[in-house]
Amino acid sequence: MSLAIEADGLEKTFEGEVRALDGVSFEVEEGTVFGLLGPNGAGKTTAVRILTTIIEPTRGRGRVLGHDVVAQAGLVRKLIGLAGQNAAVDEYLSGRENLTMVGRLNRLPHDVVARRAGELLSQFGLVDAANRPLKTYSGGMRRRLDVAAALVARPPVLFLDEPTTGLDPHSRNDLWEMIEGLVGGGTTVLLTTQYLEEADRLASKVAVVDLGRVIAEGTPQQLKAQLGTTMLDVGLSDASVAQRAALLLAEAGTKAPSVVGSVVELPVDDGPKAALEVLRLLDQNELVPTIFRLREPSLDDVFLSITGRPTEEGSLDGQDSDPGDGRRSRRSRRGRRHAASAHEAEGGTS
Amino acid sequence: MTITATEVVSPQVEIGSGGSLYWAVADVLTITKRNLIRYKRTPDALFFSTVQPIMFVLLFRYVFSGAIKLGATLPGGAKLPYVDFLMAGIFAQSVSFGGIGTAVGLAEDVHSGLIERFRALPMTRFSVLAGRTLADLVRNVFVIAVMTAVGALVGFDFPTGALAFLGAVALVLVFAYALLWGFAIIGLTASNSETAQVMAFPILFPLLFASPAFVPASSMPHWLEVFSVHQPIGVLVNATRALMIGGPTASYVLQCLAWTAGLLVVLVPIAVWRYRKSA
Repeated sequence: MSLAIEADGLEKTFEGEVRALDGVSFEVEEGTVFGLLGPNGAGKTTAVRILTTIIEPTRGRGRVLGHDVVAQAGLVRKLIGLAGQNAAVDEYLSGRENLTMVGRLNRLPHDVVARRAGELLSQFGLVDAANRPLKTYSGGMRRRLDVAAALVARPPVLFLDEPTTGLDPHSRNDLWEMIEGLVGGGTTVLLTTQYLEEADRLASKVAVVDLGRVIAEGTPQQLKAQLGTTMLDVGLSDASVAQRAALLLAEAGTKAPSVVGSVVELPVDDGPKAALEVLRLLDQNELVPTIFRLREPSLDDVFLSITGRPTEEGSLDGQDSDPGDGRRSRRSRRGRRHAASAHEAEGGTS
Repeated sequence: MTITATEVVSPQVEIGSGGSLYWAVADVLTITKRNLIRYKRTPDALFFSTVQPIMFVLLFRYVFSGAIKLGATLPGGAKLPYVDFLMAGIFAQSVSFGGIGTAVGLAEDVHSGLIERFRALPMTRFSVLAGRTLADLVRNVFVIAVMTAVGALVGFDFPTGALAFLGAVALVLVFAYALLWGFAIIGLTASNSETAQVMAFPILFPLLFASPAFVPASSMPHWLEVFSVHQPIGVLVNATRALMIGGPTASYVLQCLAWTAGLLVVLVPIAVWRYRKSA
C-alpha cells in the first residue's frame, strides 16, 4: 500500500504566538478513511489547512500522493477535494451554479463541468433544488452540496473537515453513507471530527489530537484496547449519589472513575472480579445501583483516559450548556440506553 | 439517498486542455460571473447603491447650488450652470463611494468558507481579486448610467456633445477600476465587513470633499486648493469636468491617466500580497 497523505512533524505558530500545531505526524494509506479526532481547538483544522495548501507549516512537511504541499502546491491542488465545516459554498448561487463554478476553477472544460454537476446533483439528492439559491437550502442539503463540490473534479484524495458538525442525526447518517460509498470507490479520505462515534464508524485508523499533538494513534479497536479491557457502568439514583459512589470507588483504589449524570463509569482490568468488588463496596455503603453493566469502552472513554479530561468542558457533569451539541445527543442516547438496561434489570429482579 | 461507490468516484482526474493564460482568464471570468450573479440576486442592494448618489444630486442641485459661487464662464461667455459643474463631482462620488461595496464584499468573502475552498483549488490566486474588481466595474457602468439619466432629468444638457461625454464616462470607469484595488486592500485588511466599511469612509471622505467635486477649488484656502487639485479624485474631477463642459482638457486627462496607472502599479501588488497573507 502506498501513502496518500503524509504529515511529518507539522508545526504551526500563528502571529501572536498561538501554537496551533506542535509536531503532528501521521500517515494515511491510499483508499482508506483516516480520522483526526479531537476537541475544538485541538489543531485538526490547522492540519487540514496545511495539507490542503491553504496555509504553510511553520515547520515540518506534508505530502499528498508523494507531492510536497508547499513546494508542489499547484500540483497538490489538482489532486485534492476539500469540504469544510463552514459549508464553503456561495449562498446566493444555486446548487448547480456553485458546482459549475468550482468545476471551472478546477480547470475542467465546460462540457465536463455540466455533466459532472448534473451527476452530482442527482447522486446527492439535490435535483429538485438544483436551480434554487443556497439560501433556501437546509443545513443538511448545504453540507451535501459542499461535499459534492469537493467531488466535482473526482479528486483521489478528499479532506472532510468536520463534515457532520451541527447536522441532525438523519442528515448525519446520509453523509456517513456517502462517505462510505466514496471509500468503496477508492478515494482516500481524511476526516476530522469531534464525534468519537463518527470516527469509530467510518475510519479504519484514527489519530487522537489534543493541544496540537497526536496523543494516540491506531485502529479504533487498538485505541479501545489501550484503555484496558472493560468499562463498568454503575447507575445510581441521582447525580449526588453518583458523585459519592465515585469518591468511594476512587478511595478503594480503582482506576479513575468518571461521572456522567447519575452514572459512574469505571475502567476495569478484570471485569467480573472488579464487578464483585464494586458491588461489595456499594453494599457496605448501602448504595443500591439502578444500572450495573460491563461493556466495551467507547472512544469517549479513550479520550478521557488519555487526556485525563473530557472531550468538552462540562459535558461529564451532565449539564451541557449547548443543547444543539452533538456530544449531548450522544450522551442522551447513552442515557436512553441506560434507562433501557435499568428496565431490564428491574424486570430481572422482580 | 443511496449512492453506490462507482457512481461517486472513479479515481481519474479530468483536467481540461488549454494553456495557463487561457485558464487564468477563465478563472477571472468565473469569479466575475459569480459576483455578478450575486448582484443580480440582491437587486435591493444594487438599488440602494444608487440612492445615495441620487440624493447628492438633489442636495447639491437644489439646496446648495444657490450658495456656491462658481465664477466660471462657458467658452461662449455665458455663465456656467451649477448642474453642469456638478455632474463630474457626482460621477466621482458615485464610483468612489460605490467602492465601499468592494471592500465590504471582499471582507465578507475572505471570512467565509468559500475563499478557504478557493485557496485549495488549482485556480490563479489573482483571479479572486480581479474577478471582484471586474464585477464592480460592471456595477459602476450601471451606476454611471443611472446617474447620467438623473443628471439629464435635473437639467444637465451635455454641452460638449455625446463623444466627449462618453470619453468622460470611460475615464471615470478606468480610474474607478484602479481605485477599486485600494478598496480591495481595505477589504482584505479589515477584520470583518463592518470594519471594512468604517475603515473605507475616513479615507474616502477627505479625498472626495477636499476636491473640486462640488465646489470650485479656487474658493478654498490656498494650501487646500493645492492639495485638492493634485490628489487623485481632484484630478479625476477636473479631467471629467473638462470633457463634459469644455475648457483645457488634455493636461487634466493625461494627469488622470497617470494617476490611474500609478494607482494600479502600486495597489495591485499590495492587494495580491494582502490576499496571500490573509489565509
